[in-house]
Amino acid sequence: MTPLEITGSLAIVGYGLGAIGPGIGVGLIFASVIQGTARQPEARGAMMGTAWIGFAVTEALAIIGIALAFVFAGQ
Amino acid sequence: MVALVPMETFEAPGVQSFDHAAEPIFAGIPWLTKFMLQAIVAVIVIVAFWVIMARKNKMVPSKSQFIGETAYFFVRNSIARDMIGHDFRKYLPLLIALFSFVLVNNLWGIFPLTLMPTAAHVSWAYGLAALVWVLYNGVGIAKHGPLGYIKHTVLPAGVPWYMWPIIIPLEFASNIIVRPVTLCLRLFANMFAGHLLVLVFVTGGEYLLLHSDSVINKVAGGASLIFSMAIFGLEIFVQCLQAFIFTVLVAVYISSAAAEEH
Repeated sequence: MTPLEITGSLAIVGYGLGAIGPGIGVGLIFASVIQGTARQPEARGAMMGTAWIGFAVTEALAIIGIALAFVFAGQ
Repeated sequence: MVALVPMETFEAPGVQSFDHAAEPIFAGIPWLTKFMLQAIVAVIVIVAFWVIMARKNKMVPSKSQFIGETAYFFVRNSIARDMIGHDFRKYLPLLIALFSFVLVNNLWGIFPLTLMPTAAHVSWAYGLAALVWVLYNGVGIAKHGPLGYIKHTVLPAGVPWYMWPIIIPLEFASNIIVRPVTLCLRLFANMFAGHLLVLVFVTGGEYLLLHSDSVINKVAGGASLIFSMAIFGLEIFVQCLQAFIFTVLVAVYISSAAAEEH
């Protein structure tokens, strides 16, 4: 008897693991923005500009991950 | 073994859930899919919005002029001016058009009659990213000349010569290849995943509520259906955020392609 049978693609599990890193990274970026805004509210505009770029670069990892998850899901 | 939930007849939502929207609406017109129809209606809505808002401008703004000016100043001040700098006026029409197009097409995902974001089909995101790729490379070539632009793109100022074999391929891959790919995949993946999330909550909740005999399953299904409304709220936020980020990144790419050497 199989106590718990899980079927499906391991690629999706891999994507879940792969999304941990970008998740932490995006969290760190916006944590720094919040701290910086609390210390110096007038610098918020300049910080948000850099933050969006950093957010985009970090999130790119998760996006490549989900694309690869669908690529390898059929195999 | 007694299964907790009878899953045998449940069809989990997946990639196939998007197929119906990519099929022609009328048999005779192969190009008119649901996505195409949404994009056409979106263009009509956007043009109508800006024409109505820009008509009869007065010193003391009417209500419609106030709404239009708020939307215009949002793109102008917090995207174009902050990202591109003093030379932003040239690119403002493009940024406003891109922002409205992406925003309206994303909001089709929560509009009750359509319930499908246009960018959930990856071709639409590819098309937008290809347009942006041609545009920011064109801006850079027009500003620095072809050779100057290649040097400007692949070689940041102040890198010592022994680092060039590492920096040049990295910068080329980052600026020429990864930028458009992530630009389109970000929009596509967010819209696709968001729609899939709503589908999981709604179809799963419906299945548990109507096709299960256990009371606990029925309660869980009802809770899932109610919670799907919160997911719709999250989707509204994500759709607006993605339209904003798309426009911000286009502005950043244009400004980095047109930047002067320091």
